[in-house]
Amino acid sequence: MSLNYLSFLVPIAIVLGIGGLAAFLWSLRSGQYDDLEGAAARILLDDDSE
Amino acid sequence: MSCCAPNASASLAIAGSEPVTVSMDELVLSSRDLGDGSRQSDLSVPGVHCAGCIAAVERTLSAMPGVESARVNLSMKRAAVRWRAIDGQPPDLIGHLRAIGYDAHVFTMESDTADPEYTRLVRALAVAGFCSMNIMLLSVSIWSGAEGGVRQAFHWISALLAMPAIVYSGRIFFVSAWRALRYGRTNMDVPISIGVLLAFGLSLYDTVQGGEHAYFDAATSLIFFLLIGRTLDHVMREKARSAVAGLARLIPQGATVIDADGTRRHVPVAQIVPGTLLTVTVGDRVPIDGIIVQGSSDLDYSLVSGEAVPKYAGPGAQLQAGLMNLTGPLTIRTTASVENSFLADMVRMMEIAEGGRATYRRLADRASALYAPVVHCVAFLSFLGWMLATGDWHRSITIAIAVLIVTCPCALGLAVPIVQVVAARRLFENGIMVRDGSALERLTEIDTVLFDKTGTLTLGRPRLLNAAEIPPEAMTIAGAMALHSRHPASLAIVAERPENRSRPPNFESVTEQAGLGLEARSGDVVYRLGRPGWATGKEAAETGEPNSVSVLAKNGVLLGRFLFADRLRNDAAQTIVSLARDGIWTEIVSGDRGSAVEALASTLQIDTYHADLLPADKTQRINDLSASGRKVLMVGDGLNDAPALASAHVSMAPASAADIGRTASDIVFLHESLSAVTRAITIARTAGRLIRQNFAIAIAYNAVAVPFAVLGAVTPLLAAIAMSLSSIMVVANALRLRNGISGGMASRSQSGFLIKKPVQVAA
Repeated sequence: MSLNYLSFLVPIAIVLGIGGLAAFLWSLRSGQYDDLEGAAARILLDDDSE
Repeated sequence: MSCCAPNASASLAIAGSEPVTVSMDELVLSSRDLGDGSRQSDLSVPGVHCAGCIAAVERTLSAMPGVESARVNLSMKRAAVRWRAIDGQPPDLIGHLRAIGYDAHVFTMESDTADPEYTRLVRALAVAGFCSMNIMLLSVSIWSGAEGGVRQAFHWISALLAMPAIVYSGRIFFVSAWRALRYGRTNMDVPISIGVLLAFGLSLYDTVQGGEHAYFDAATSLIFFLLIGRTLDHVMREKARSAVAGLARLIPQGATVIDADGTRRHVPVAQIVPGTLLTVTVGDRVPIDGIIVQGSSDLDYSLVSGEAVPKYAGPGAQLQAGLMNLTGPLTIRTTASVENSFLADMVRMMEIAEGGRATYRRLADRASALYAPVVHCVAFLSFLGWMLATGDWHRSITIAIAVLIVTCPCALGLAVPIVQVVAARRLFENGIMVRDGSALERLTEIDTVLFDKTGTLTLGRPRLLNAAEIPPEAMTIAGAMALHSRHPASLAIVAERPENRSRPPNFESVTEQAGLGLEARSGDVVYRLGRPGWATGKEAAETGEPNSVSVLAKNGVLLGRFLFADRLRNDAAQTIVSLARDGIWTEIVSGDRGSAVEALASTLQIDTYHADLLPADKTQRINDLSASGRKVLMVGDGLNDAPALASAHVSMAPASAADIGRTASDIVFLHESLSAVTRAITIARTAGRLIRQNFAIAIAYNAVAVPFAVLGAVTPLLAAIAMSLSSIMVVANALRLRNGISGGMASRSQSGFLIKKPVQVAA
């Protein structure tokens, strides 16, 4: 019966989606998008001592 | 040096910005206390562009004693520094940055640098994106033929997923729509809100009833698409605003007060009462109106009255706030408090001017004022028609709502913001910051441009004309002497110093004599650089153009003559020509003397010019022009231009403008070239054309889709396809602006035009 596997696959998909959303909101809150250009440039610095 | 020498780089080189001295007190005043003795300062560092700059700035700052940590934000061109005072003195952050070639100044934007609106929009966008994508996934299954229990279950899950999108993300539209309705107006958000809410309500009802169709996907993806447009719009505007906010403050926020017992302390300007004694050091601006008690100096009036020539002032002279002290320290007694100083007068005039300006209704709002009634009528009529024809009210409502969804102004809602985002981005790349969203729309309408003279058409700074004719030896000595002065003429000499200069003589002392010039001693040799009569000791030497000449003399023997002239902004002549070619009328409104304005007007071939204008006269001129039906663009920089900037239809200011002028203007341009004016007009007009095209696309699409909807032939699948197609078309059309106009109207020429304009030289 198709409803059987849908009944746990769909919730799993949605829960995973919510996990992604939560991760995005967390990264937004923790300021990871505040300086996108800087993040792109900093990869070129080799003596980042932080 | 790294990949970019910050001062030579063109990308954000700010026109005419003189280094502004920031006192340690100001650094302390603007910093935040983090507790445990450490403080945080936010510095604006416009010169950082690349990884090398980040490394240089962070390394320099971190190496300073007292600095705990330093972090550069490249997007914002800002550095956050945590520091600790050593022996009560803060580290000289700005001085050290200057030493490695990065101009920096204290950044004071309403204390908090976070942007709550941006975070709110992005969060709403994330939620809407998550919900709409998941619903779309379920909808695809339904469209593919899911039936019965599965379809029913999917509809329920969709309803559940749509809830946060409507309640959380949709709130942004509902709040705005409600605010408009409460004041008896409509805006774009009203039809959007009605469409979304009705679609959601009907779908929910159908889901409960076990119906065949649900429009959850349409309702949520509409919110998602529109939020994308809105977020981009906000990001662009905020970027421009923070770039403008990051420019150096020209009018000091604090002043050094001398108390009765002779002690000095730094006090915010707002707390200063009339009769207070203040010191104004060389290079500072007069913070508040006052009378000179002690000392004498040359004062730069260019920002205050538009006069390009510095004036000498001694004890007893009346000074206005905003004048720059050039050559000697002054002690002044204030004659006004902040509320009735010259600056406050300007603010009051600005407020009156802004109140008088007709409130501009944005194009999208005007369009929706026409659009919403039509759409709602069509929906209502189809409901009535089907009701009369079939008597099936559920079917009638479904069709009416399908009409609303199909016409729901997705394309219309995106038509304006997307074009404006692309336009603002193009302008931003050209160093033109649009501070107000509707400024671009207003800019398309202008037919008259009024220019201020000093600082707008000209750079307001003299330039050395005959550097090549001056003997190298004289140039070297003069350059070394001029380093000790902040007089514009000295700065002009320093700027022209040869690259491979020989060593200047060692001066034992260099003194500046206000109104006369610089005097340097080396052994028993006395060098004088400044007024010809004073330097050579022969009054008779003054001839034809006394003010634009300064000489260097060694023990009274002439070594070299220096000729100065104010310089036109790059591309000024070309800009005026392009404007004329576009049929735009230009005028000069200046506070400077008639002869100076006339010379400039004839160089630029501007027929109409007004000289000796007071701030109120400039506003009056704009009001006269507006009354005769003209739409005026005001371009100005001074304090005296601020009321005019506020009363014009649109206003532009260079980055070197007074703070209050920048605040009053809609658009701020960072580069030295005046071609920013034509460039902004061109881009605004192209954007206006694209917006009209987008409206046409949206209307054409509706003309095709609405009949189907009215006939009841639109299923959720068709609605989703039609909606996406029209949105993609509108966005694609907007993106044409990105590569549509290359180069702009005026090409960039590096050579400035010179005008014969006497400039007093006392350095």
